[in-house]
Amino acid sequence: MNAITPITTTLKDWESDQEVRWCPGCGDYAILKAVQRTLPDLGLDPAKTVFVSGIGCSSRFPYYMATYGFHTIHGRAPAFATGIKLSNPELDVWLVTGDGDGMSIGGNHTFHLIRRNVNLQIMLFNNEIYGLTKGQYSPTSRVGTNSPTSPLGSVDRPASPCAFALGAGGRFIARGFDVSKNLPDVLKAAHAHQGAAFVEIFQNCIVYNKDVFEDFAAPKGAEDRQLWLANGEPMLFAKGTQGIALDSEKLTLKVVDVVDGDWQGAGVIVHDVTNRSVAHMLVEMPFGPFPMALGVIYDDPRPTYEGELLSQDEKAREGKNTDLARLLAKGQTWTVEA
Amino acid sequence: MATQLAEPEVRTSNAPEAVVVRFAGDSGDGMQLTGGQFTLSTALSGNDLATFPDFPAEIRAPQGTLFGVSAFQINFGSTEIDTAGDAPDVLVAMNPAALKTNVQALKPGGLIIADTGEFTKRNLEKAKYEVSPIDDGSLAKWNVLAFDISALTLESVKPFGLGNKEALRCKNMWTLGLALWMFDRDRAPLIEWLQNKFKKNPVLAEANIAALNAGHAYGETAEIGGQLHKTHLDPVPSPAGLYRTVTGAEAVALGLVVGTQLTGLKMFFGGYPITPASSILHYLAGMKEYGVTTFQAEDEIAAIASAIGASYAGHLGVTSSSGPGIALKGEAMGLAVMTELPLVIINSQRGGPSTGLPTKTEQSDLYQAVYGRNGDTPMPVIAARSPSDAFECAIEACRIATQYMTPVILLTDGYIANAAEPWKVPDVTAYKPFPVQFLQQPNGPDGTLLPYARDEKGARPWIKPGTPGLMHRIGGIEKNPGTGNLDYSPAAHQAMTDARHDKVNGVAKGIPAQEVTLGDTKGKLAVVGWGSSYGPILQAVRRARAKGLDVSHVHVRHIWPLPENLGDLLRGYEKIIVPEMNTGQFKTVLRDQFLVDARPLNKTSGQPFTIAEIEAAIEGALA
Repeated sequence: MNAITPITTTLKDWESDQEVRWCPGCGDYAILKAVQRTLPDLGLDPAKTVFVSGIGCSSRFPYYMATYGFHTIHGRAPAFATGIKLSNPELDVWLVTGDGDGMSIGGNHTFHLIRRNVNLQIMLFNNEIYGLTKGQYSPTSRVGTNSPTSPLGSVDRPASPCAFALGAGGRFIARGFDVSKNLPDVLKAAHAHQGAAFVEIFQNCIVYNKDVFEDFAAPKGAEDRQLWLANGEPMLFAKGTQGIALDSEKLTLKVVDVVDGDWQGAGVIVHDVTNRSVAHMLVEMPFGPFPMALGVIYDDPRPTYEGELLSQDEKAREGKNTDLARLLAKGQTWTVEA
Repeated sequence: MATQLAEPEVRTSNAPEAVVVRFAGDSGDGMQLTGGQFTLSTALSGNDLATFPDFPAEIRAPQGTLFGVSAFQINFGSTEIDTAGDAPDVLVAMNPAALKTNVQALKPGGLIIADTGEFTKRNLEKAKYEVSPIDDGSLAKWNVLAFDISALTLESVKPFGLGNKEALRCKNMWTLGLALWMFDRDRAPLIEWLQNKFKKNPVLAEANIAALNAGHAYGETAEIGGQLHKTHLDPVPSPAGLYRTVTGAEAVALGLVVGTQLTGLKMFFGGYPITPASSILHYLAGMKEYGVTTFQAEDEIAAIASAIGASYAGHLGVTSSSGPGIALKGEAMGLAVMTELPLVIINSQRGGPSTGLPTKTEQSDLYQAVYGRNGDTPMPVIAARSPSDAFECAIEACRIATQYMTPVILLTDGYIANAAEPWKVPDVTAYKPFPVQFLQQPNGPDGTLLPYARDEKGARPWIKPGTPGLMHRIGGIEKNPGTGNLDYSPAAHQAMTDARHDKVNGVAKGIPAQEVTLGDTKGKLAVVGWGSSYGPILQAVRRARAKGLDVSHVHVRHIWPLPENLGDLLRGYEKIIVPEMNTGQFKTVLRDQFLVDARPLNKTSGQPFTIAEIEAAIEGALA
């Protein structure tokens, strides 16, 4: 349903005239550039593109895009986006949210947007902190996070956005991070997916949660700590010396050593983006004992919500008389003679 | 039967001009259905009517209990009817609990029809009767006609071999048959309706028809010593034309469809189930062919947010709820005000704070509608006075929303939503379209775009995403008065606050001057009302005037902004009373806006005003 004829644009065509107001060094800058670099490659038309956001640092995103943009209220962007898609399915809608906006105050709407499978892209910037309100812990903050509202360290268990999205019935689940060179490819895959495409983007909040993702995102040693998934490819990392295999007794994933490139011999799983069971294991795979699963974790489209709903409506309209006078005079009537 | 008139002072003959009947039974007895069908037959006979369905919040409360009683009152006659009537002339009580909860409302000398088959020891206990009231003389001031309707029903449906439970379910049709006989009504439309309703189960259709006929025949043949007799009420003289009955919820749905078509747009309705507003969503869900998309959202907030999203995308967004749901929508309303997008919000008011009285009626959300948002967040508010008036108000809401680029609140209430009245089917071609023009070209100097430039009404342009060259960003943050870009500056906030305020105030220039509903433009007393207290106020003022009292009725539709002439009009009366089903909300608004000495007349029992209550207040004020 998205742009049919590719349009030729450059990165400049996607930059609005507004001054970007994020903190210097914020991960959001890198994500903004990645998006602005990706959209020309997709041949999209800025006039048919809408960025919708809630409230938070990430939600200022629409102001910096030279597209249509709607900066709505805290947590509710999914509901606004649903109304937009149901009213004009031709619009290409990108939803920008954060871990507080999308997982806390708006968790309900995020759930239903994914459950219904509205055809749009969801970019959830996860910095594991409330930035715009000055550093309180968020629903994705790790246990023990010190913050103004958790001076002794937070005790709540963090939520995993990808596990949440998959549990909501998500048909496209992917992960990336702000400065990753692979982010544009992840976004392209999300855009190609028909339906609600959920992308968690780890984002470095340099003021309130600096370098919280360094353990896997730092360039040095990244090979050992990042598992970039590719459909049809074995799940290898550490320069191919390690891989992910299935522990068939415990029905869990395990890390195996790969000797001399014999990944088949080591039982390394070949990534199948349509395998929902493996997707569940990948989104739950704990970082530390395992590398961070990145890239497209799951991609198995099914009919979109607006496609189903609007075609049902169209069918209901077929051959129906639309005369208003007839509608008003429905039911049992009587006539008073003059 | 009782023949006391609803309006004794204008009595011209021995035949009653109006009769009030209340059907009361267990919530499983089908009283709303019985009332609804009696209403239809009344309408078809040409009488004017007003109804008041009054039912518990529980779907099927435990059988026989006092709190499980469901009632349906209808006032009908050969004269103009504006209320469901104060006190019933006839009470049909299907069990002891129904008798107990309703008998005190019955007029002295009124007729009680009671089903003795249900006056068992167990049911009497449930209704907290120690002795059967039929036997102990406690009903002496009324005429009591007590007989075993249950047994008569079972007898009448015997040939159809139904189970006992199923057979007893036909009781309401038996009773309806008797009522049809009492008021000289044609059974044919009811029989046709039953055949249609039970199309898939012809045996049930036949059984119900047999019960209906048996009830009718009972009236015809039983010798009940003058207690029961046939009463014929002539049709009310009405303007010629096509008529139907309509409830407020239906009228809102139809008005929204017509209003949206007058804009030239499609409608998007985002809703979430809530009593008593859900029926609007139900009706619209069945009207897809009229350019309607309905969306059942995950909650009240998503319902309004999706509707705002739809308006942003170029449809007319509509959402509907009742007080508690409207409270949840408050923040999103603020965004609609800030982004200046059209939106229609319907509040079918119910009673009380929090969950309150979900199935009862009240007018206590006026403050919420006018003032209930953070910041200076002005929004036009209009209020329907009756089921059929809700049609006109819904169209008016669509007009104001799109012409002024603003959310609009339409207030109805539980009474209007559920009550039915005859409605002269309007001629849709008589309504002047108010088509929407979307901006297609940059509107600023040198080809720049000014999404927050304003027309003579103060409205900004509506720009549909997808329009080439007009890309722009909007949101809830304060903005520059022209470009709409983020602007927190003191000058910008002052200018934008003023612009929003002036725009909404300007709506008053486009609405009709306030007229006097009944009476004179000046005098000793004005009874000023809004919403569904229209009927009782009008009747009370009519009666008082018939007695020679100097009183007039002013009924206000546009609650915010108020009609420009209203202040001057009100200052022409020595006294003002404002009857409201709340603790005095509109009274406060009138005092604030016009510095007039408006006096409250308040009722918060979950029940509409009676005519007598308002009449007494009028007499008190003029004493």
